[in-house]
Amino acid sequence: MVLNTQFSEEKTFLEKVKSFDFVLLITVFLIGVISCFAMYSTDGGEFKYHTNSHILKFSIFFVMFMIFSFIRIRTWYTLAYTFYLIILLMLVYVMFFGISAQGSQRWVNLYFLNLQPSELMKIAIIVCFARFYHRVQSEDVNKLRNFFEPIILLVLPIYLVISQPDLGTSILIACSGLAVIWLAGIKARYFIYSFLTLLVCAPFVISILKPYQKNRILSFFDPERDPLGAGYQIIQSKIAVGSGGLYGKGYLKGTQSYLDYLPEKHTDFIFTLFSEEFGFLGSLILLILYFVMLLRILIIGYGSKSYFAKFYCFGFASAVFLYIAVNMSMVLGLLPIVGSPLPIMSYGGSALLSTMIGFSIVMSCRIYNKEMIA
Amino acid sequence: MFQRSRQNINKNKLITRRMFILSSAKIIVFMGIVGRLFSLQISENKKYSFLSDKNRLKEWKLPPKRGIFEDYFGNKIADNNQVFQLHVIPEEVADFNTLMVRLKNIINLQNRQINKIYKKKEKQFPWETLIISENLSWEEFSKLNLFLHELQGAKPVFSVARIYPQAENFSHVLGYVGEASVNDIKNYSFIKENHVPGLRVGKTGLEKSLEKELIGSSGSQRYEVNVYGKKINQIDRKEGIQGKSFRITVDQEIQSYAQKSLIGRSGSVCLMDIYTGDVIAMCSSPTFNPNLFVHGINSKEWNKINNDPLKPLMNKSVSGLYSPGSTIKPIVALSALENNIVSPDLIHKCEGKVELYDHTYHCWKKKGHGFMNLRDAIKQSCDVYFYELARKLGVDRLSETAKKFGLNSKVLENYFFEEKSGVVPSTKWKIKNLGKGWVIGETLLTGIGQGYIQCTPIELCLMTAQLANGGFKIKPRITLGENLVYEDIKFEFESELKKYNQNLKENNEASLQDQKNFLQINNKNSVEPLFRNPENIKFVKEAMYSVINEPMGTAYKSRFNNKKYQYAGKTGTSQVKRITKEEREREEKRELSEIPYKERDHSVFIAFAPYISPRYSISVLIEHGGSGSSAAAPIAKKIIKLVLDRHEMREKIRKEEQAKV
Repeated sequence: MVLNTQFSEEKTFLEKVKSFDFVLLITVFLIGVISCFAMYSTDGGEFKYHTNSHILKFSIFFVMFMIFSFIRIRTWYTLAYTFYLIILLMLVYVMFFGISAQGSQRWVNLYFLNLQPSELMKIAIIVCFARFYHRVQSEDVNKLRNFFEPIILLVLPIYLVISQPDLGTSILIACSGLAVIWLAGIKARYFIYSFLTLLVCAPFVISILKPYQKNRILSFFDPERDPLGAGYQIIQSKIAVGSGGLYGKGYLKGTQSYLDYLPEKHTDFIFTLFSEEFGFLGSLILLILYFVMLLRILIIGYGSKSYFAKFYCFGFASAVFLYIAVNMSMVLGLLPIVGSPLPIMSYGGSALLSTMIGFSIVMSCRIYNKEMIA
Repeated sequence: MFQRSRQNINKNKLITRRMFILSSAKIIVFMGIVGRLFSLQISENKKYSFLSDKNRLKEWKLPPKRGIFEDYFGNKIADNNQVFQLHVIPEEVADFNTLMVRLKNIINLQNRQINKIYKKKEKQFPWETLIISENLSWEEFSKLNLFLHELQGAKPVFSVARIYPQAENFSHVLGYVGEASVNDIKNYSFIKENHVPGLRVGKTGLEKSLEKELIGSSGSQRYEVNVYGKKINQIDRKEGIQGKSFRITVDQEIQSYAQKSLIGRSGSVCLMDIYTGDVIAMCSSPTFNPNLFVHGINSKEWNKINNDPLKPLMNKSVSGLYSPGSTIKPIVALSALENNIVSPDLIHKCEGKVELYDHTYHCWKKKGHGFMNLRDAIKQSCDVYFYELARKLGVDRLSETAKKFGLNSKVLENYFFEEKSGVVPSTKWKIKNLGKGWVIGETLLTGIGQGYIQCTPIELCLMTAQLANGGFKIKPRITLGENLVYEDIKFEFESELKKYNQNLKENNEASLQDQKNFLQINNKNSVEPLFRNPENIKFVKEAMYSVINEPMGTAYKSRFNNKKYQYAGKTGTSQVKRITKEEREREEKRELSEIPYKERDHSVFIAFAPYISPRYSISVLIEHGGSGSSAAAPIAKKIIKLVLDRHEMREKIRKEEQAKV
């Protein structure tokens, strides 16, 4: 029976194309188009470096997304650990030979692209965990022997990323992994225990944080503490969003970003710019697009037969949701400033690449949804 | 197999259940984000829009244009003229040091100035205008424009600055302007509101007292600026409003003539219209050039002015305090007559000195004047007669009259913040201020204008005016405001006098006090008589006539034979040093030049002119000038001639303006 399902339902190319989730495809494309417009605005209404580069990258990666969608889900399953290992090695490589910028060493020079392996790790960890839990019986999930492996798999990349240092990404990697662990059925109380332990450890953790990280956390609780320093970004971002109003200031008319009051408007604060120019209604539309996108991922996961696909889709949806939620909460002043890009919208090749690979795996789950994996 | 699929079902259920739990959490978080967006963008939109505008819009103030001053005839005495300035906005300059070196060669900057510029640069923001030079000569300006292409960031601009065409002639009336100090900004809200870097504000005189109206309001340019403060584009420009301009009552010709007549001397001249209270001239000597202060005075010149022992910065007319000397005698005489202490016919013998209360009091004339009546005593300024008069009168009654006639008051308080009030002592005053009881000898000294009594020249001028106009209170002024009709004032004074005389005839027996009450009751308009009996005023005025126009009068030398110019006055010699016994015993009279400057007497003179239907009063004070008749009276004489010559012209202007109204 298992064998049957594996081989008898081979689809033709056309059937595969037809079985694409076009809603997902279109929402991703729409968000991508919006991101290109937003990028054009950050460049002050001109085709400058960021706009051109973003459009180029988005086009390439979007095509790549569609091509990679034809990779069998079995192949992903088979290569899961290898994928994880390659990225982990890249993180180790970065530790010694990476390119540094703004005080942290995060990038591998690939000549056409400065790759940030930590971004790819966000996907790799999900794929890896999905494979791990695919094999584990639900009764055995809470057994001690099944604890060590995932924890080691999780702690290794987190350690490497934190030491870059990149607090934001490491938190997101941790959360992505934890999301899969949760789905696998680890008892809720273990999460509560860990959370409490974390709270107890928090003071020690804070003591080893870099001064700028401490400042960011402190200034989150009181942005006025240092209005020209760490709190500046939060204040200016809130002013930009708040002054947008219902309809926004109009495309290319966001004064906060146009006059450079907004920091890092290409990357982490792209939503601020969008929200300033398009107002509450525009932001709502963007949120709905994201919501639809996530919903489609969940539906694909729900419709998949294999646990691997389910774990992956649910885990990926949770992770993407987390990126969105963390980024938006951050720019709206609900969370401290941690470097975390908004999926698809933010400028940054690695993040876009990793997101698009993520989507192609989801799409692969959709195309090969009947495929069972032993 | 069965077990396996059952396990599968369990695992599927577990995953799905956990997925739903996670998804519900996601929806809640999404709602939270939407809620936050709503609260920022909808509920608090106003607040954040305001903050955004505050961010992006910056206002640059344009300097306000100061009101100007004109003299009575409309000649500009404080104007705004165009100056050439060099401005630099430091952030627009690639290399500030290089620019300064280049500029140094082009526009003759001294090292000291350059240091100042660097200091100023430190204090302000890089996008604020730095004024490198306030006042470039035309040569410098054109040279600068020639080299402009090499001087990136330098901006030659036209600006306006204060200029005083009459230079030193109006320094004390108008005062001068200088850069607004921290205190100026702190103390005056209208300066704070209109302040721009480099703003000039009045420091003394009318420039200071009328600052509120003179300053105008600053215009503004609003720019959209980026986070670095760089101007992106201009949103709007609002021109400021020029401050109010003032015409003052002073006659430029007479003022400069009077100022010139004081050259080489330290002193003051005040000239006043006795009906309207218009100040026609007010000089203080030595003077200084207020134009020096406009662009910041250099320290060498400042030290020269500030350390001058003759105090050029002080407006001696309103803040110089001097013993009036014998010029107080008309008031002493009037007070004695008004209080019915003496009759004008009282004869007293002057023997050159008198022994009273164990002290010897001397007359200025060693040999004595012989038998004197009141008129002769005024005419010849007999001290012994006035000792007697003062003794009988008492200091308190004297002080009452003196205060009524304008002594011990601030005459132009609203115009000159630096004005000081003179001192008219009384028994109460001494207890209050010195904590000691009055000594009768002091009354005698007060009677000849020595001792505690002190006046400013403008007080003396007002006192003379109020005697000359028949004894009515006037309100001196120096700016033309409310249109005062001279004829009306004169008519009111005269009708008041008529009423008074009529009343006097009808109630011959009534006491003076009653008559005074009667006057006050009937006094519906603003006329305020200062006398009890107008005959007394008349008497004093007549006595003052004799001082000038009769032989033996102390200022007989300064008389006019031409009836048109005949005037009345009183000389005064105010001692600055007590004369010792030895000095008195020395027989020979010393020449003025033999006495050390600081020990010479002040020369004082008061007068009103013309004698028949008088119109002007004058006070002249020459510090250490010797006797009143020798220094002050000849100057007064010349000025009186000029003012009477210009009388017709002045009247013509006045009548033209009245016709307009």
